[in-house]
This record gives sequence, structure tokens and C-alpha cells, in this order.
Amino acid sequence: MAKTIQEINEKIKKNKACVFTAEEIIQYVEKNGIKRAAQEVDVVTTGTFGPMCSSGAFLNFGHSSPRMKIQKAWLNDVHAYGALAACDVYIGATEIPDDDPANKIHPGKFSYGGGHVIEDLIAGRDVFLRATSYGTDCYPRKKLETYINIKELNQAFLLNPRNSYQNYNVAVNKSERVIYTYLGILQPNIGNANYSSAGQLSPLLNDPYYRTIGIGTKIFLGGAVGYVSWQGTQHNPTAKRDKGGVPVEGAGTICVTGDMKQMSTRYIRAVSMIGYGVSLSVGLGIPIPIIDEEMMKFVSVKDEDISATVVDYSSAYPNREPDIVTRVNYRDLRSGTVTIEGQSVPTASLSSYSLAKEIAQNLKTWIENGSLLLSEKVESLPGAESGQTFKPLEIREKGGDTDD
Amino acid sequence: MTSQKIVLHFPRKIVNQPVIWTLIKEYDLECSILKANITPSEEGLMVLELKGNNDNYKLGIDFLTELGLKIQPLSQDIIRNKERCIDCGVCIPVCPAGALEADPETRKVSFNDSKCVVCEFCVQVCPFKAMEVRFE
Repeated sequence: MAKTIQEINEKIKKNKACVFTAEEIIQYVEKNGIKRAAQEVDVVTTGTFGPMCSSGAFLNFGHSSPRMKIQKAWLNDVHAYGALAACDVYIGATEIPDDDPANKIHPGKFSYGGGHVIEDLIAGRDVFLRATSYGTDCYPRKKLETYINIKELNQAFLLNPRNSYQNYNVAVNKSERVIYTYLGILQPNIGNANYSSAGQLSPLLNDPYYRTIGIGTKIFLGGAVGYVSWQGTQHNPTAKRDKGGVPVEGAGTICVTGDMKQMSTRYIRAVSMIGYGVSLSVGLGIPIPIIDEEMMKFVSVKDEDISATVVDYSSAYPNREPDIVTRVNYRDLRSGTVTIEGQSVPTASLSSYSLAKEIAQNLKTWIENGSLLLSEKVESLPGAESGQTFKPLEIREKGGDTDD
Repeated sequence: MTSQKIVLHFPRKIVNQPVIWTLIKEYDLECSILKANITPSEEGLMVLELKGNNDNYKLGIDFLTELGLKIQPLSQDIIRNKERCIDCGVCIPVCPAGALEADPETRKVSFNDSKCVVCEFCVQVCPFKAMEVRFE
């Protein structure tokens, strides 16, 4: 018995939709079976909250008097890209101040950067804007210094080119020294294993073949309503999958957009990774319409059925070698210890399971009280059949051969 | 037997005195220095685990107080800001004292300040700046 999204929306409008989170549905399906659950349940909500470096914000300041074609801009001394129309800039989450010592005194602290500017804006704090330009007849101003606040901006929206990675590596360190990575501090000799996925709650792991999630899908982004605007960068639908179709390594990604003025710092937070840099933790959730039994089967996926690939970040990862250490599942990762090469290794997750759960719960409430209707995707993401891969960059001479 | 972790604030005038030597020799106390930052002619700070029989412990504390040292229990010094913490658990494997733990079910992180040795590793590694050092 298939359901359309319109039929589900009619039920949502009447406050009659049956909604579960991707965690709750597991038990429900175990008790009632796929068939009955697919008939009874209309929507399953997912969530994730973790550092997503490929995030950033478009801001429009409005025009100063006299006008200025902002060429270079800094927000709280963090560079924002200004080579767009006169008063538009893009600030990337991982940008650091020009005078930040970075890793010159290793490990660097990275206490402030683009992610923090974005968090300050969303928190409603004043941010110092400094800009320079060369001056034109129509835009004579060459310098500008002022404070801005998100309330006064014409537009402030996140446009994150790569979020919500469908599965991710588990990082370990097989070397003899401590290493500092985007997955945290890794102790020598596989002293710990860090991962970053919400597992059974993660949006794309609940719709592994992108049947319902596509361009135009309405989502939870940073506490507000956002949209999937494109396939994400590095979107790799042909990544290795297990027999249930779930990728066992980084696979699909989505590019997402949403209005920062509606967002909350509970779900968008700056991140300082010692020895690595600055990033932004993004809270993102996607409602999945249960259009048929196959979707119910997909959303009932549980942590023990999802594997992740363990990679050595002291050698294989930085040198782009294909070697993997082993595979482990998310139930074991979430238990706090996993066994790797015969030794018991403590685990930690950069991604917060408790906030992922809270986001899925929020989406559930929005749908139950009729304030969020589901959207039909307007275009599919490239799927496994597209043959699209994640290509490496081969260093070559001009006109030289590539592997293709 | 008394065993406690304490924070000692040394005024500048007694930075050069052999305080720990006295605690060991005169009062028969076990001293484990967890952290020390004492520079001649400046104020100093030491985190100390002090252990001994009850009478000696009390006499030792009296000696420190008479010298003019400010003593406070250790537990106040590292604070977990629950608003900033997202329960990621990155701090857990770096904590040498086992003061940070995650609930196996909910994955919520808890901080047991009685185990904390104020090494500040968690302060450095926390991506969300949720672990704060506070000296009052």
C-alpha cells in the first residue's frame, strides 16, 4: 500500500499524521513488522549534529553612503570573500584571522574563526565589519569600518556545499606520536578511535538510495526550516555498500540552504579543533515520508547494521592510500569501546547523538502539530546508477595525461 | 586517614619557602603534586593531593594557613558548561583521571569533579569550549 506525499500532507494538516523518530521506529518495526509499520506510520524523522566544515554564510549588508564596491571584507578580523556584487560577501566556516598563528606554535588553538562569526551573528551579537576597495565612479568609497547585526542585514543565509555526509571514517592513529586531526586528538598506537555520524538517526543513512531526499526537500537546518539545494560536493553514490544498501564509507552528501535569521545557536555552533582549525557544527534533520514498505525497511536501519571504515590518520589518510584498518559498526562505536587489531579502544564521537535525537524530536513535533508540511523533491540526487564517483586530484603538467 | 585534593595559592612572599618539604618531614603527609605553577617573586599556584592521618592532616593544613596560603578544595576549578557541551565525548579518552564518562545508553557525558586532577587536557581538546577553568 503506497502513500503519496500529498496524502501524508493532508494527514499532517488534520493533525492526524503518525510520526516516529528514526530511533523510535526501530523498536516499533521489531514489534509490528515492516508491513504493518509501513501502513500505520506516515513520517520518520532523522537528525544529525556535528562539525561540517563545508559550511558558510552569504550576507548582504545594504549600501553605505557613499556607496562602496566591497572588494575585501573582514568580520571580527576574519576574512570574508567579497568578489561578488557590491555589498554581498561569503564567509566560510573554516576561515581564520589573517594574524592567527595557526599551527606555527603547534598545536594551534584556533580559538576564533569563520564558524565563530556565524555563531556570533546568529546569537544576535554585533560584529565588526572592515572593508576595502579600489573605488569606481559609481562606488567611490574605498574604506569602511562599522558594526553590523544580523537584524539589520538584508539577507543572511547559510549555503553549505557539503553537509550531512552519508557515513564517515573512524579515525585512529597507528604512529608513535599524538596527532591532531579534524576528528580530534588521536593518541598513538590506536589509543582511541573517533567517529562522526549519528548512525541510525543520520538522514542519508535512512534513505540510502535518495528515494525521497532530493533537490527541494524541506529540512530542519540550524533550528529553522531549510532546503536541500543541490547535491553536495564529493557526493559519491557509488561508494561501497553492504547488502542492505547502506554505504560503509563516506558516500552521499547534500548542499543545503536556510535563513540564518530564523536559526538558533543551540543548533549552529562554532568549533575549535586544537591543532587543526575552526569549523561549524550544524544541526540538520530530514523528515522521511513512508511512501511504501521499502522506505519503512530503510528507516528501520539500526546502529548494529551500519558499518564504518576505520582509517589510520597518521599515514594512510594523509597520503591518500586506500588501506583500511578494519570495519566496525555503530552499536559498538556508541558503546564506548571497540576492538581494533585485538585491542580494546575507547571511542568518541565528534557528532552529538543527544542533539541528533533532539533534532529528530523537534521535527516530529513540527509535523505532529501541523506546522511543517513535507515537500516533494523537484529533482533526484545522482544515484548509484549514475556511475558518479569521488575523483581524486592527480598532480600533473599542463596537457599531461590523467588516469581517465 | 584523610585524603584530599586541594588548590594552594602562594602569596609572593613565601614562594621561596620549602612548603612541601615541611609537609612531608614535619607532618608525615603524602604529597602528590598534580600541577604547579610557582615562579620566584610572583604569586604561585599548586594543585596537591594531600594524604595522612587525621591529626597530621589537620596540623598540616594549620601550618599552611598560618603561612598565609589560601587553600580551596579542588573541585571548584574545572567546570563543565552544560549549555556549551554537546555530549560528543571527545574529552573522555584524553582524561587521565577517568573523571569524564559517557552514559552507555544516552551517550550523555558526565563530569565527576572529585576525580579531576585539573590537568586541563579536556579544556584544550573540547571543540565547543565547554570545559572551563575557574580560579576564584
